[in-house]
Amino acid sequence: MTAQDAPETASDISANPTGHRQRRLRLRPGRILGQVISIAVTLFGLLLLTFVIGRMMPVDPVRAIVGEDASPDTYMQVYRQLGLDRPLWEQFLIYVGDVLRGDFGTSIRTGRPVIEDILAVMPATIELATFAILIGAGLGITLGVVAAANKDRWPDHLIRIVSLLGHSMPIFWTGMIGLILFYAVLGWVGGSGRVSDFYLGLVEGPTGLLLIDSLLAGEMEVFRSALRHLVLPASILGYASAAYITRMTRSFMLDQLNQEYITTARVKGLSRSRTIWGHAFVNIRVQLVTIVALTYGGLLEGAVLIETVFAWPGFGQYLTNNLMIGDMSAVMTCVLLVGVIFITLNLLSDVLYRVFDPRTR
Amino acid sequence: MTAPLLDLRGLSVLYPGEHGATLAVDNVSFTLRREKLGIVGESGSGKSTLGRALLRLLPQARITAERMTFDGMDLLSLPERAMRHLRGRRMSMILQDPKFSLNPIRRVGDQVAEACRIHLRCSRAEARERSLAMLEAVQIADPRRVYHLYPHEVSGGMGQRIMIAMMLLPEPDLVIADEPTSALDVTVRLQVLRILDRLVTERGIGLLMISHDLNLVRNFCDRVLIMYAGRVVESLPAADLERARHPYTQALLAAQPRIGGDRSPLKVPERRADWKEPIGPQP
Amino acid sequence: MTALPRSTGLPLLRPLGNILRALLRNPPSAFGLTIIGLLLLIALFAPLLATHDPHAVDLDNTLRPPGGGHLFGTDELGRDIYSRLVFGTRITLRIIALVTVIVGPIGLIIGTASGYVGGLFDRIMMRITDIFLSFPALILSLAFVAALGPSLNNAIIAIALTSWPPIARLARAETLTFRATDYVAAARLQGASTLRIIVRSIMPMCLPSVVIRLTLNMATVILTAAGLGFLGLGAQPPLPEWGAMIATGRRYMIDSWWLVTFPGLAILLVSLAFNLVGDGLRDALDPRQMTGRAMP
Repeated sequence: MTAQDAPETASDISANPTGHRQRRLRLRPGRILGQVISIAVTLFGLLLLTFVIGRMMPVDPVRAIVGEDASPDTYMQVYRQLGLDRPLWEQFLIYVGDVLRGDFGTSIRTGRPVIEDILAVMPATIELATFAILIGAGLGITLGVVAAANKDRWPDHLIRIVSLLGHSMPIFWTGMIGLILFYAVLGWVGGSGRVSDFYLGLVEGPTGLLLIDSLLAGEMEVFRSALRHLVLPASILGYASAAYITRMTRSFMLDQLNQEYITTARVKGLSRSRTIWGHAFVNIRVQLVTIVALTYGGLLEGAVLIETVFAWPGFGQYLTNNLMIGDMSAVMTCVLLVGVIFITLNLLSDVLYRVFDPRTR
Repeated sequence: MTAPLLDLRGLSVLYPGEHGATLAVDNVSFTLRREKLGIVGESGSGKSTLGRALLRLLPQARITAERMTFDGMDLLSLPERAMRHLRGRRMSMILQDPKFSLNPIRRVGDQVAEACRIHLRCSRAEARERSLAMLEAVQIADPRRVYHLYPHEVSGGMGQRIMIAMMLLPEPDLVIADEPTSALDVTVRLQVLRILDRLVTERGIGLLMISHDLNLVRNFCDRVLIMYAGRVVESLPAADLERARHPYTQALLAAQPRIGGDRSPLKVPERRADWKEPIGPQP
Repeated sequence: MTALPRSTGLPLLRPLGNILRALLRNPPSAFGLTIIGLLLLIALFAPLLATHDPHAVDLDNTLRPPGGGHLFGTDELGRDIYSRLVFGTRITLRIIALVTVIVGPIGLIIGTASGYVGGLFDRIMMRITDIFLSFPALILSLAFVAALGPSLNNAIIAIALTSWPPIARLARAETLTFRATDYVAAARLQGASTLRIIVRSIMPMCLPSVVIRLTLNMATVILTAAGLGFLGLGAQPPLPEWGAMIATGRRYMIDSWWLVTFPGLAILLVSLAFNLVGDGLRDALDPRQMTGRAMP
């Protein structure tokens, strides 16, 4: 279950929303083993896929290293060094072996191991995506609950339009309009980049998350500047991701509001808000964890575009830059990493499900 | 004689629908004092709708009545806020199946204590004490342990006793019991009924028992109303049920199994349009 | 569902007709359908509607603001933005049509085959869809375009390659329910070959839900295509593709807002239209939502 295959309605997730005793997952060794094998197979498939895409690339990897003017001898030497003279299946095994040993290749541009480069840009993306998911989940869950509580009345219709708009925006375009409006015209937020050029390089490490690092270093000016730069791209990403969260929250809530225990709560004389938040909402928290985790993975997609617009030095920009110059190992490692992140998030939401739901304990 | 707790005259409940409205309750009148009144009817006769209409739990239905008062208050015109103070505090309802009517992911003790916290404004500790006492009153042997269980961890019979404890804790004046035992195993039905009976009698609570089970209502209630197609067709003391004059009531009686009776297949009541006409003394 | 589907046209058309009527009754999705209809008309009559040649460079009239003979202004080469948008509808439609034509059959064939044949073949195919599904659509499309080389057709192929798995999953699930029906058993007893049963009996039954699912995906397809165009991996200049128009307009956006605003609005409108229709479809097909009880 991932971004594309994400459940469209509540029924996809909880096949028996009223089920009390039916769903009793226990942590059985057989189940865990099955899951491990399944993950291993998927990872192997991921490697195969990235390998195939890598070989399909029109860029000549040898040319990219040796340059246009190299002699045929040098060319052949590098050709053999890269293992390109061996049969494809052998090249694939070498690739798998390298990946298992943590060797993802060397960047053509920087000459450093690709994985080091990626790990260096990751914090910027994590900071952006985390801030965005906080906004998106806060907005989406609230709107979804309000829409469900007012089903088929004007707040429901309004929320549907607002969230569909967020879902339909080309996010890179919204980013530009936001920059024109809030940066160039109104001057409310910072422009491109993570922080004003003035403060660039002032705070380094230990986490790589600029907001936290600047606080740790006591550099309030840097913190303020970083926040001003973060707010706009994170809000746009968050708004775009809120649509899916809103729809799922609404659907889950409608399921719960039809349950008999809601009648019980009303018979007890509970207020409307207490019935909604104290009784219905607590029952969908677990399902929402899954949805938010999936959305967080999906933010990587938006990050590629929004980072390009905002010149945000993160994973997305690293990926597109290397696409342009045809650095095969960098691109493939990025794709592989996204796949691994998705699988991890899926696994994580599965685990959280079991931790949070008393029925599965 | 004191004024009745509940006074209904000409109550109708209408469900608007795409293909014309459905009249679920049709011109029903009765009064209820601090007594046990049974409403019997087959499924679809409107008896559950009637119970829910009294608590104004049907947002989509249109409720009309000449008179619908509870302890002198007009239930039709009462603002929602005032209605909330009535619900749970002075009128409450025991729902059918504890498997669905208890919130699956909240501890049962907290669910019992919640009404106390809201209506009686007790502290957390006090609510807990009173809930434990109430759980004991419904004959739960180990209330401290049960308090922390989740609904899926208790049996149906225990779940329904928890439901009773939850609804009787704020000491309401009127309790509507909507098929309180039909979801339970036959073996625990009687036990749950006895507990309900004792608590209702001890505390002088008016009880409106809604059931499809004529025998149960006959043994348990003081008075019985028979509902058919949304109308009350006959009303008589439980003891006089054998002398029922309405053909539908007679048909229902004939459909009851009896120990020592003949073993031919039980009669299935046939339906006739003229059965909708009430018979006997109307309240 | 036990009747023998004699005329394969009926089981497809009747539910789709009902759904269309349901969509038209609901104002938001009716609006969406109208926009999609307009898109078709504009693409069809583009030469009549355009006021200028979309490729005509006029260096005396660069970066003109909207008004004065240029409804939406001109770009950095003096081309009329309105006319370029009008012709851009053809590119959008080409993307939609080609993705549908590629994804529908691939998803349908893989899904029905693996659902009907079952066994090891099914397990392998579903594992492959799993792997494809463990990527966000745009990232995988990026990788494919990088491998194939940037161009509009390659972008379409890349999008198609990433959007068949959900369709295959759906077709497989449908096949599993139809496989057990009497008319399939009857066809098997008559000695029909596996291929014949899949093509004649199962595929027509899966078609309506596949068509609906494709519609639901269309907004994502349009946004992905625009994203690829924006990154320079889709349609190449001077093609009037909306995403690519935004990419070139980006350099001038602070002073000449119209360069990015209007193409973006066009993308927004079309993807919103598909989302509105999709939302209406979801409601029309999810019976639980119809009976939902509102709070007081």
